[in-house]
Amino acid sequence: MDLADSPEDAEFRARLREWLGKALPALPPKPSPDDWPGRRAYDLGWQRTLYDAGYADVHWQASPGVRLIFLEETERAGAPYVGAGFVGLLHAGPTIAAEGTAGQRARWLPPILRGEEVWCQGFSEPGAGSDLAALRTRAWRDGDDYVVSGSKIWTSHAEVADWCELLVRTDPEAPKHRGITWLAMPMDAPGITVRPLRTLAGSAEFAEVFLDEVRVPVGHRVGEENDGWRVTMVTLSFERGTAFVGEVVACRRVLGELAVEARRNGRWDDPALRRRLGGLNAEFRALWRLTQWNVSEAEAAGGLPGIGGSVFKLRYSQARQDLYDTAADVLGDASLDTDRPWVHDRLSSLSYTIAAGTSQIQRNIVAERILGLPKGR
Amino acid sequence: MRFRLTEDQRALRDGVRALLARRFDRAALRAAVDRPGRLDRALWRELGAAGFFALRLSEADGGVGLGLPETVLAFEEAGRVLLPGPLVATHLAAGRVPGAAEGETVVTAVDGGGLVEWLTAADVVCGAADGAVPLRSVDPLTPLHRLPGGSAAVDPVAVLLTAAEQLGTATRACELAVQHARAREQFGQPIGAFQAVKHLCAELLVRVEVARAAVYAAAVTADPADIAAARLLADEAAVRGARDCLQVHGGMGFTWEADVHLLLKRAWLRTRRAGGGTESEELLAADLLSRAAR
Repeated sequence: MDLADSPEDAEFRARLREWLGKALPALPPKPSPDDWPGRRAYDLGWQRTLYDAGYADVHWQASPGVRLIFLEETERAGAPYVGAGFVGLLHAGPTIAAEGTAGQRARWLPPILRGEEVWCQGFSEPGAGSDLAALRTRAWRDGDDYVVSGSKIWTSHAEVADWCELLVRTDPEAPKHRGITWLAMPMDAPGITVRPLRTLAGSAEFAEVFLDEVRVPVGHRVGEENDGWRVTMVTLSFERGTAFVGEVVACRRVLGELAVEARRNGRWDDPALRRRLGGLNAEFRALWRLTQWNVSEAEAAGGLPGIGGSVFKLRYSQARQDLYDTAADVLGDASLDTDRPWVHDRLSSLSYTIAAGTSQIQRNIVAERILGLPKGR
Repeated sequence: MRFRLTEDQRALRDGVRALLARRFDRAALRAAVDRPGRLDRALWRELGAAGFFALRLSEADGGVGLGLPETVLAFEEAGRVLLPGPLVATHLAAGRVPGAAEGETVVTAVDGGGLVEWLTAADVVCGAADGAVPLRSVDPLTPLHRLPGGSAAVDPVAVLLTAAEQLGTATRACELAVQHARAREQFGQPIGAFQAVKHLCAELLVRVEVARAAVYAAAVTADPADIAAARLLADEAAVRGARDCLQVHGGMGFTWEADVHLLLKRAWLRTRRAGGGTESEELLAADLLSRAAR
């Protein structure tokens, strides 16, 4: 067991740190959260900067250990995360790289890496959340096109996306996992309506996407027809190992800020609150170690992320909610003022036990696939 | 960074596991419950001969010359089978008290919080135990005395090795719960097919894995804040794990015959070592401020 960087890792970290020190001061000012075109330009600009410096494909090429260092150092330095590049870099891109033809890889991958095209994800539907395979958006062949009708929900960055990785049902007669196909849909095709979806936090991070006989060329299909579920599983497992690295680093910083604020406003004198902060320190230290453990295991398994991601996500999503509930305790009445720091984070933390597989679904996965308990209802 | 067990560490863990499976199986555990207060000296010597107490002693001093990570793995195995005796105190006395390293001398210690385990059975007591009062111990496998007065200084290594024992007990609780959930049938199916039971088992595993990462990392860094974190998470994994394991066992779990209560009682006892977890929480709270100031 070893937690220290290898000489190569230490060199990668030092070089990255030095580069971040020079690159970050040159960043333009951050756009406002409602300025979608501004956010797109900002996020893609950062991706272009990474590309020019040779870091664009760190999520795809590098070992999990190098990815961990990259995410840790960029978060520590306050660099932007992938933003609008999320689906392209962490979902659609890796899927195309693994399952696409040579022509598809050449068409779609370079613009993702260069920060030129934005992807969104059309997976969830109003009737298909945890039970994603129950999706009903239909696609049927008409010559060299698929014609697609249906609706998608929880699509982030849909307003500014160029492409949508879309799951459609191509065989309604087959068992539900076997009749699904993965398509790359151009977002400027006729018949697409995007409607912003306001969340409980008041912001419109997501959208609903309505599809009315949208034509998608057959050449935009990745993988075989009706093999989309398997193709999608490649995508879904890709980011599990390192998905929350930056966030855990950020949570540990917030925890320090909370302690300082509690000391300033006198709440620190309450032993119960102080002990709760101490307990959260233990919690996030352990989550950081669990990340390092999972990454080391993934590295030993040839870079494949393991099932440890479900264990991590269960605990982390709860810890994040506890962190911001404790922040509200530190703030007191100010926790009701949405202009104060941490209040918006408290609201958005509520999605963590739901998004990307609810905690209940994650527990089923852990119980059935790791502990080997029987499937049931 | 290679934060996983090396081949040698795996081999060491498997060796300790095999020794304990041979010398302290379930029958031995239940026999020990029926003979409270008696320590198996032959087993103690066998542990000594296998290097259990001398793991961190240098080879020049007749020890095994390994580090905290290996020691933590050995103590985890001991915790997994609820091995009785003042294991931590004897390990810490190796090289300082004659015969401790070899398992010839049983050493106990006045714990940081004022508790003394196995006082009557031990050959040597580290710390002043005068005036120690016996308690009727909740754990049938750990005789207890308590000093009415103050408490002694706390050795972080003792805290870490206790966390390793808790981790082992938590792992065992998870295994027993899953075994029972697969075997026990109600309403015509294994109870493990019900989500309510499944989710208890899943949470058991999550707490074990989080605690494992914290305990192993603390063994690598030996940092006081990492050790405090390991302690809190391992205590939680063991106590809540044993509670949930008991719940999964239903009525069976409330009997003396089932082993679950032995897990819970030992886990409770260990949470009181070194004055309880409050000190660890305060240490970690103070650590937040000192790190923020840096």
